[in-house]
Amino acid sequence: MIYRQGAALLSLLGLFLSVYLYLYKLGHVGALACGTGGCETVQTSHWSRFAGVEVALIGVVGYALLLAVALAALRPAAAGRRGPSRLLAALAGGGVLFTAYLTYLELFVIHAICRWCVGSAAIIVALFALAALDLRRLGPATIARAPGAA
Amino acid sequence: MAAPPVGMKRFYVILGVVAALGIGLLGYLLSKPSTLSIPANVTVQPSDTAGFRGYVKGSDSATVEITEYADYQCPFCQTFATLQMPTIDERLIKTGRLRWRYRDFPLQQHAYARVAAHSAACADDQEKYWAQHDRIYEGQSEWSASRDGADIFRRYAGEIGLELGAYDACMSAGKYAGRIQASLDEGARAGVSSTPTLLVGGRLYQGRFDSDAITKLVDSLAPRITRAR
Repeated sequence: MIYRQGAALLSLLGLFLSVYLYLYKLGHVGALACGTGGCETVQTSHWSRFAGVEVALIGVVGYALLLAVALAALRPAAAGRRGPSRLLAALAGGGVLFTAYLTYLELFVIHAICRWCVGSAAIIVALFALAALDLRRLGPATIARAPGAA
Repeated sequence: MAAPPVGMKRFYVILGVVAALGIGLLGYLLSKPSTLSIPANVTVQPSDTAGFRGYVKGSDSATVEITEYADYQCPFCQTFATLQMPTIDERLIKTGRLRWRYRDFPLQQHAYARVAAHSAACADDQEKYWAQHDRIYEGQSEWSASRDGADIFRRYAGEIGLELGAYDACMSAGKYAGRIQASLDEGARAGVSSTPTLLVGGRLYQGRFDSDAITKLVDSLAPRITRAR
């Protein structure tokens, strides 16, 4: 359970971080608290939107989904089941790939680093690691075979 | 229903504390009042208007000049800027027939009109006035209903490539408050009472305009002005 608890806590942190960045985009929270100033450069760049949607909003939806799955996985009925952990790993894996793309943009296209984005990257990588550890804890999947099957 | 085990109880307490802290922090950030406002009714100094007669685009040799008095938060001005101006720009301004002069006329009932005008004025310092002007009008529905328009203008400033340190210094100093007030006073003296109002050859045109009407106006004025020269 400790891995799933950790995943829920990290998802909640990621959700707050994304909500903060999205509120900034909506103009509700003033200037971003960011020591380097790179946050402004990244958040006001053309690449702060993906397929017409604010990247911060994608983060809000993604972390909210992860939180919901992690909390569902903590129910006694879900204990020992691989399904929730697989779903967590799949969602977090997608998040890691998307974060890798965004980090590439920061480093090689925008040439600025946003500390909040680095924080989110750390959270999503840790989430993926926890989901993978939980899957390992549960052992390999067993396939039920029909009686008489070869 | 069975009570959760002790480990889970402790986890839910921690989760609740983190949630409460996060919500509290976001609530604090949301409740912070806007720190930036551009003062109205400032005393206009001669230096505020020295050499400045509005933001101009178009050829110096254009036969017709139109001065537009507008308010960034006025919906008609927004429609005119986003739907009609591109055609006017292509058809009349870029062809050298018309020179356009934009003057600020922030109406009192519009909370962000003056800040928007000041934001564009600060963009002019970095020679990006029209880019910020267009961006502010494009985003009117976004910022006019927001809690802090100034932050959205700042984001636009970043998007159009302004150096934000200089932009922030310009905005927080209220560098162009006097210039905006002077423009408003001058418009009021000329008889402007609503926006957008066009001033063409000493005559005021108020209400809604479209690019065809402006083209007809320029077509009708150009021969007369040319003959008078």
